[in-house]
Parts: sequence; structure tokens; C-alpha cells
Amino acid sequence: MLTLTCPYCGVAADETELQAGGEAHLKRFGPGASDDEFEGYLFVRENPKGVHFERWRHAYGCGKWFLAARCTVTLEVFGTYPAQSKEPPAHIRKAITAKRPGWTWREFA
Amino acid sequence: MSTRLASGGRFLNRDRAVEFRFNGKRLAGYEGDTLASALLANDQMMIGRSFKYHRPRGVVASGAEEPNGLVNLGEGARFEPNQRVTTTELFDGLQATSQNHWPSLEFDVGALNTHLARFLPAGFYYKMFMYPRAFWKHIYEPFIRMSAGLGKAPKERDADTYEHFHAFADVLVIGGGIAGLTAALEAGKSGARVIVLEQTAHWGGRALVDAPGIGGKPAADWVKNAVQDLEKMDNVTIRTRTMGAGVYDHGYALGYERLTDHQPEVSGPRHRLWRIRARQIITATGAIERPLSFAGNDLPGVVLASAVRDYAVNFGVSVGDRTVVVTNNDDAYRTALALRDAGLVVPAIIDARTQASGPLPEQARAAGIRVLTGMGVAKVKGSRRVTGVAVCAQAGEGAVLEEIGCDCVAMSGGWSPVVHLWSHCGGKLTWDADQAMFRPDAARAPTGADAQPFVIAAGTANGHLRTAEVIADATEAGRAAARAVGGRVRATRAVAATDEDEAAMAPVWLMPQGAGIALRMKAWLDYQNDVKVSDVQLAAREGYESVEHAKRYTTLGMATDQGKLSNINGLAVLSQALNAEIPQVGITTFRPPYTPISMGAITGAARGALFQPVRQTPIHGWHIDNGADFEPVGQWRRPFAFPRAGETVHDAVTREILNTRSNVGLLDASTLGKLIVKGPDAGHFLDMLYTNVMSTLAVGKCRYGLMCSENGFLIDDGVVARIDDDTWLCHTTTGGAERIHGHMEDWLQCEWWDWQVYVANVTEQFAQIAVVGPNARKVLEKLGGMDVSKQTLPFMQWADGTLAGIPARVFRISFSGELSYEVAVPASQGRAFWDAALEAGAEFGIMPYGTEGLHVLRAEKGFIMIGDETDGTVIPQDLGLGWAISKKKSDYLGKRGQERSHMADPNRWKLVGLETLDGSVIEDGAYAIGEGVNDNGQRNTVGRVTSTYFSPTLGRGIAMGLVLHGPDRMGEVITLTRTGGGSVQARIVDPVFYDKAGEKQDV
Ligand SMILES: [Zn+2]
Repeated sequence: MLTLTCPYCGVAADETELQAGGEAHLKRFGPGASDDEFEGYLFVRENPKGVHFERWRHAYGCGKWFLAARCTVTLEVFGTYPAQSKEPPAHIRKAITAKRPGWTWREFA
Repeated sequence: MSTRLASGGRFLNRDRAVEFRFNGKRLAGYEGDTLASALLANDQMMIGRSFKYHRPRGVVASGAEEPNGLVNLGEGARFEPNQRVTTTELFDGLQATSQNHWPSLEFDVGALNTHLARFLPAGFYYKMFMYPRAFWKHIYEPFIRMSAGLGKAPKERDADTYEHFHAFADVLVIGGGIAGLTAALEAGKSGARVIVLEQTAHWGGRALVDAPGIGGKPAADWVKNAVQDLEKMDNVTIRTRTMGAGVYDHGYALGYERLTDHQPEVSGPRHRLWRIRARQIITATGAIERPLSFAGNDLPGVVLASAVRDYAVNFGVSVGDRTVVVTNNDDAYRTALALRDAGLVVPAIIDARTQASGPLPEQARAAGIRVLTGMGVAKVKGSRRVTGVAVCAQAGEGAVLEEIGCDCVAMSGGWSPVVHLWSHCGGKLTWDADQAMFRPDAARAPTGADAQPFVIAAGTANGHLRTAEVIADATEAGRAAARAVGGRVRATRAVAATDEDEAAMAPVWLMPQGAGIALRMKAWLDYQNDVKVSDVQLAAREGYESVEHAKRYTTLGMATDQGKLSNINGLAVLSQALNAEIPQVGITTFRPPYTPISMGAITGAARGALFQPVRQTPIHGWHIDNGADFEPVGQWRRPFAFPRAGETVHDAVTREILNTRSNVGLLDASTLGKLIVKGPDAGHFLDMLYTNVMSTLAVGKCRYGLMCSENGFLIDDGVVARIDDDTWLCHTTTGGAERIHGHMEDWLQCEWWDWQVYVANVTEQFAQIAVVGPNARKVLEKLGGMDVSKQTLPFMQWADGTLAGIPARVFRISFSGELSYEVAVPASQGRAFWDAALEAGAEFGIMPYGTEGLHVLRAEKGFIMIGDETDGTVIPQDLGLGWAISKKKSDYLGKRGQERSHMADPNRWKLVGLETLDGSVIEDGAYAIGEGVNDNGQRNTVGRVTSTYFSPTLGRGIAMGLVLHGPDRMGEVITLTRTGGGSVQARIVDPVFYDKAGEKQDV
């Protein structure tokens, strides 16, 4: 059972306080998008063995959505950051690079 | 025979006799006994029968690893099956019965299976019960059901209570033996917050049986001092009778505390589940002795050497008068010496090693005990209990050299560290060939959120079998844990310890080494699941090379003991059969809990009324006082109907509906979700959430809206009211308020975070009461305070005012097709308004109605209900709701989804009304049957019923359903299924059955 630190209220929250929200940094495609674009937005997911970015909500705490970077193999948490981020912030990427040199995830590295 | 010794038994209080029953027989023991020791003291060697062959079985072990000694415990609401006699503390009045036998323990029909053993090999069920298929129902399944199952399932509701504890620790120490105590002292001294859990009732573990010297003192004195020292530390919490059950991600661990199992007369919770977050976990869980695999090693009286010693030293019980010790190591000699000290006879020690010359064998020889080296047991003699052993050369095939009479065989195949908790969360093991054991690999420990190791194995659990090594290892473990949590550690020398030197053990996986099939078929590996050496070898021959496959094929290690005694022995046999090294074959996964924990402990207090919160409206008390028949709707309890004296629920529903259509009804609609959406961008936001346009709604007006997921599927509906320039009130379904609130927050926080919108869920701030029916206006006019005329407050508008002196917001919306006002008042005045409305409405024939009336009224009008007409695969277009979808908007959630080819497919099933030709009510969930059959040979379906009721208004059954090309087939008759056979015919009609023009609601 994971513990993730909510970047809003600073609480190291037990997984029972959290709601999982699937993959992070999805780009929304709406009307006008091609079938491929829409399929990618709605259905295609990374499912990596290693570095991953996820959405979590501090549902039984402050109620805020945040994003977490963690390793799906070791469950190491590289960091958490606000949901209002279009891409992983530099300090998170640096923290991952220090532990997993050469990592890539979608268009990020 | 097994009996109580005249003296000894350090756990016993011989001044307090305890009476208990086994299979109805009255027996006596002492305070301090376990059920196992008390049964042995009464010469009850046979305790149960095995699972598959129903062979007689007695206790093998003295602790949590016991595979055989499982009994039904207690009776009635405190009945519990599969309780281990070795971990059940004796108490006055204990009632136990044996399991797995019919009709009695002594005479058992199923024991015939043992003579059929050769026809019941590994994988028997898979092989034999395949064909013919028709035999399954009447022959195979009843046979398997008769034979299967350990114990009986409890029939009554559990009378005990349980609870959870949430605890936090810097260092959690699992195990209260000398290693755990040593580590806890080190961690405690550093100032760290420490919790120590010991699964038994006693501190000190096996050290107190073998009594080495620790710190210049006898072990017992050292343990006593250590516990006292820990008790004095404010930062240390210690618990006996609390098993470390599991280690999970990020330092989460479960403890299982048994509070009153040993003292059922004491009130309070029976078990307590400790939910612990620890920064470091030390597993000082000791080791388990392994059996030896020789023919007849499952007879009652064949017991682990350490257990024989435990029963003598701890409980003053001799398992037998004459005990033959069979071993491959020096440690088992301690058993011979302990028995000799107790005045018992040890005719021989059979040592599989060619040499036995360490201090312990020398002590045995000096005591006059015969030591046979290079020898093994060819077979154990006896049918229901041991009468002797046949001795052979270990290196041979089992030719009998001599027979030795005895009534107990004490066996030791070496020790396996308890690595379960280390392994639960990913700790890896390494094979120690010298000691023939898997031990924790410290380089591959479980790691936490920071990628640092958070579990440290200590002492015997870490593979150290000598006391001095145990103390040194545990000292370092305690200090390492303390350092990892920032404690202050002073490097002092570890406490010294002394015990006898031991020579190397020699792995023995089969006795004798060249045993033929006849012997191997009687050499048990897994006692509880009846798996023999020959079964594992057969699995290997048949190609089950992976240890995980072999396990499932033979069921080795799959019983309630999870193979604590059998895993390593079985693995060794498998690797020999595969001609591979043990570490190459690998080991099966260790999964929590370490031993079974009660369902009650897992549940804790969350049962009955506390299972989940129940939400009640401000008018709930009135509903109860007036005989409401309640139904759960989400977490709410809502009145289904209000039956009067002499009425059935169905009668009440009919009356409530007819009265609402002809006079006036009153509905408690307080559960309806109410979300305030406010801000400069609120209109824009709602245009994205709803399929139609909400930004253009005029202040004071209401509009029905639909919400979809990005897939395009309908997820909620409700009426939206524009409150002021930047405020909207969105009504959601009763079950949808929290979900839709979350949906809005998700989009606002994660996608459109620069939009200025705020959402508040005010569902419980208001009571909402619907006054519905032709006389509704008269009721409100009598309550007085505001103009509710059609001119001032027309259909689909709302107004603020007061009614009966209560501030009210009145919405002219209708879910019934009648003239209807939904009145929202502050929750605190909800009951007052309800009472006032009933009083004012008396002269107009007012009656409350429940959710079933609500459902029928809406179905008569063809209004959809989320959860009936929708199931997560239905889009608004399927439901004829195209009028509520804006064609002008460039975007809304679900718009792109609804453009996908499957969503635009003209062959999607569409909503229609259905009227049976005979007026009957169609069954819930009935399917419309089409032509032909599908690939599976099933009738093709062309539709399904989504709502079906008896309509009191129309006096017949009405239904709505989704039907292929339905709207184009008005007037056609289709055939619908009935459960239990037959079918019913129905005509496709307009789903609006009542007041198609909608005149009644707009007056
Ligand atoms: Zn938070």
C-alpha cells in the first residue's frame, strides 16, 4: 500500500486516502480530431515497466488532484507535483535521471 | 503413549487445572497448556484425518507451522473451523471437535482412499474427472464435494467484536525471541519509536527451551531483563499474542492480536488488526524445523525433534515413552538429551551422516544413548500410531537391518529460516548450501518509496543458528534500523552468548537415499494436502518443471499451512527429479498473511450498522413514524412506499400513484444532488459539461440537461437553474451528486485550471420537497407567502420567496407529467415544511409517495432514469434525446466520442415503449428475441427491456426498452423472453404512455 505526499497540503497520504486517476499528461482531443488522435487520447496507455507518471487525488484529504512520478517495478517515488502541469517539472525529471539515467516516457526524457 | 510428566513444564500453572472437551470427551489440562499439549497429555495422539486419503494424523509441530492439528473450535455463534491446536491456548470450557472424517475419527469411510492411493496420484482430479461430461453433475461433483473441505463453515453470525488499530513506528520488530528482543533494545536505546510483536504468549522463543547462556546469564534471566528494560522505555510498545501477519509496500505492515481467544470470559474485542506504518521493519521470525521424508513419516507419533523437546520442556508432556531420534544434524541431539533429563527412554539416535562427533553427539553417547551413524529409517511401523522403526543404511535402498520398538519418532531434517515476511514485499533469497536453507539476501532487500531497504532480517530468520551469531546479527540489525531512522547509536560491544558447538548438517531429501517407489509413496511431504515424494516426482516426469506449476499440479504447499513444513523438502525433491540445483528451480511466492487471520479482524468494526454510513434526509423521522418501506439508493435510505394498515406494498404504490394523478402527492426529493457552479467562466464550463447550452439560460429559468463521459456515454441528467449572472444550480441524480462533483473538480483542476469557476456541493444544505398533482397549486397557495400562479411562475422557471413563513426556492419542474413544484428549503426547516404541506394539503387529498411511485410516474411519461435506461454503454442518441444535444456547440465532453463509427451506427438499439398484448408486466431485463442463432448457438437478441412496471394509471403493464431499429418499427409485435421458459409478445409503441402533449405539467 503506497504512501504519496500531496503537494498541496504536504500530507504523506496513505493509499486509502487517495483515489487513483490513471495516466498523467494526457492531451485532450475533441471534435475535429482524427480517429487515431482520439483513440490515443481515450484508450492508448503506456503501461511501462519502470518510470511512470500518474494522476492521484487526495480524495479523503484536501480533495486536490496531483501527479506522481514513480517506478512501477520498485514502487520508488521520484516526486509528486501539482496537476496544473503540462509536463513533468524540471526538478522531477532531474530526480528521475539521477536514479534512472536514460529514461524516457512518451515524449519526455 | 503420550502423557503428562510428573514435573517440568515452564509454561504450566499446575495449581490450576482446566477442563475441556474433545469430540465430546471430557479431558483435563493445566493453565498454560496449548490445546495440543493438553491433548497429548491425555494420550490423544490422533487429532484429525488428512484431506485426501483421510489418514490418521497427530500433531507434528508445536507452533504456527503445524499442518495436521486443525480442529473445529467453539459452537454456535462462536464456532470456528481450522483452528490450530498448537496455537490455541487452553481455557476452561474449551470445546473442540476433529475434522475430515465420517462418521467418526476412529472409524472413517474416507480412509478407504488410502488404499486407493495408487489410483489417486498427483493431478488425479484433472485427469480423471474430465470425461464423460455428463458425469459431472451427478457423479464427479458430489464425490468431490463430499471429500473436499477442511472443517465446516460457521452457520451463525459471529457473536464477537473486532477492531482495528492504526499505529506508526520508526522501527517495527516482528518476533520476540532473543533476536527480536536484542534488536528492539538497540533500536529503543537510540530513541526511535519501536513496536515489538510476538505471536505467542511468551517472550524468548526457542532460546528458553535450549537454554544457552546470554550475557553471562541463563537465557531465561536475560530474556526477563530484556523485556523489563523494554517496558521501561516510553518509546517502545511491546505486544505478545500478536503475529506480524504481512509486510506490504512502503513500510505498511499488519499485526494480528488475539486478545480474548485464551480468555473468552473477558469482554471486549476478540481480535485486533494492527495497521502499522513503519520506517524500518526487522523480521526476527526465527526458523522452522523440517521433517525428514521416510515411509510412514505421517503416523501419529512422528513429530519434529524440536517439538518433542518443546512439549517436554514447556508443557511437561512426553510424546512417547520410547523415542527414536532421526536426524541429519547435531541440534536434534538436544531432544535426546532433554528426554533423557526428563527420565524418558531414547533407544537410539539414527543419524544419516556418516559421522557424528561434535559435543552434542558426544554428550549423548556419554549419557549411554546408542548413536547409529550413516543410518536412516526404512519405514515407521504401526497403523494408527507408531510402534517402531525399521532401520536401514541411508545410502541404500531400504533393506532393513534391524527394528527398534518405540512409540515416538523425533525427526529433524535441518532448519528453514522463516523468510515469509522478508519475502512478502519483494525481498529476495539466497541458497545457503552449507546449511541447506534459503536465507534472506541482504543485498536484495525490499525497498521503499525512497528506494532504500526497509526490511532487515535478524537472527535465526537471517540464517544464523548459533546463539552468539544470533545476538551479534540482531544487535547490528537493531542499530542499522536505528541509524536508518536517524536514531543515535553508540557502538558498544554486542552481548556475548554461549552454546554448544555444532558440526555441519548434511542435506537429506529422501530417506533412504535410494528408496523405491513403495517407500516413496508413503513418504509424505505435505501432510495437510497429502502430497508425497512420489507425487512431486510424477509431476516432474509429466513435464511440470516450473516450481509454480508443480505446486498447483500436486497441491504441494497449497493448504492452510501454506507449506511451512513442506516447501523446501518438496522443492528439493523436484530439483533432484529435474536434475537441477535447488536455487535454479527457485521457490514459490510467499504471500501474506503468515498464518490465516480471522475474517472478523479484517472487517474490524465495519459490520452491521457500521458497515457504511447511512444518509438520512431531514424528513427521515417522519418516514419511520409513518411506516415507510425503505430502499437503499446509494448511501441514502429512501421510502419505497408508505403502506397503510392492511395494504401490501404494491397496493400502496398503486394508491400513491393514482392519488398523485388525481389529487396531490408529496415526495421527499431531498436526496437529489445540488451543485452550485459559480464564477465568470461557469457558463462556459457548463456548456462543456452538458450536451446542450446552459450559458444562454436566462436567470430565473430551468433547463433539463444531459452529461456524458468523453466516451460519449450518458452519465447523469438533471435540471439546471440559472440563479444569477454567474451562478448556476445543477441538480444531479440521487446517486450522482458526489460522483458528478468529482467529475467537475477533475476537469476544473486537471484540464481547465485557468477557468474561473468554483463548485460547491450543497446537497445536504437543503431539503427538497416535491408537491405534485392537479391540486399542487392549491396547497402552495394555502401555505401562502408567494405568488405561485402560472403567470408569475410558469413551467420551467423558479422563484425565491417564503411558504408558510419558511424561506423557499420553488422550481416549476416535473418528473411526473403533473403540475409540480419542487420546493427547496433550508435543511433545518425541511421537516417543518413537510408537516405544513401535509396539513395544508389535507383538504385537497394530499398523500406522500415513495420512490416506486416516482419511478412509475416517470415511466408513464417516458422519462429516462440513469441506471435503468443507461448502463454505461448508452449514448443520449440511443434514448431519443437528440433534442437535448446542441448541434451548434463546437465542443462538449462526449461530442467527439459520439462521432465514432460505432456510436453513429444506425443499427444501435434505440429506446421505444413496449406494451404486452395481454396487458401483463414484462420481466425485468427480458430480451427481445430475433431470428436465428449466434456463433455460440444461442438465440439472437434484438433488444432488451430497461424499465418495466404495472401502470395503475393505464391499468396494464408498460415497459421501455432498447430495440434494434425500434423507432422505425412502431406498431410491430416482438417476442420477449421469460425466465423459466416461454415468452411474451409486446407491441412497439411511443415511450410516452401518458399525456403525450405534455399539457398537464404546464398549467
Ligand atoms: Zn492534500
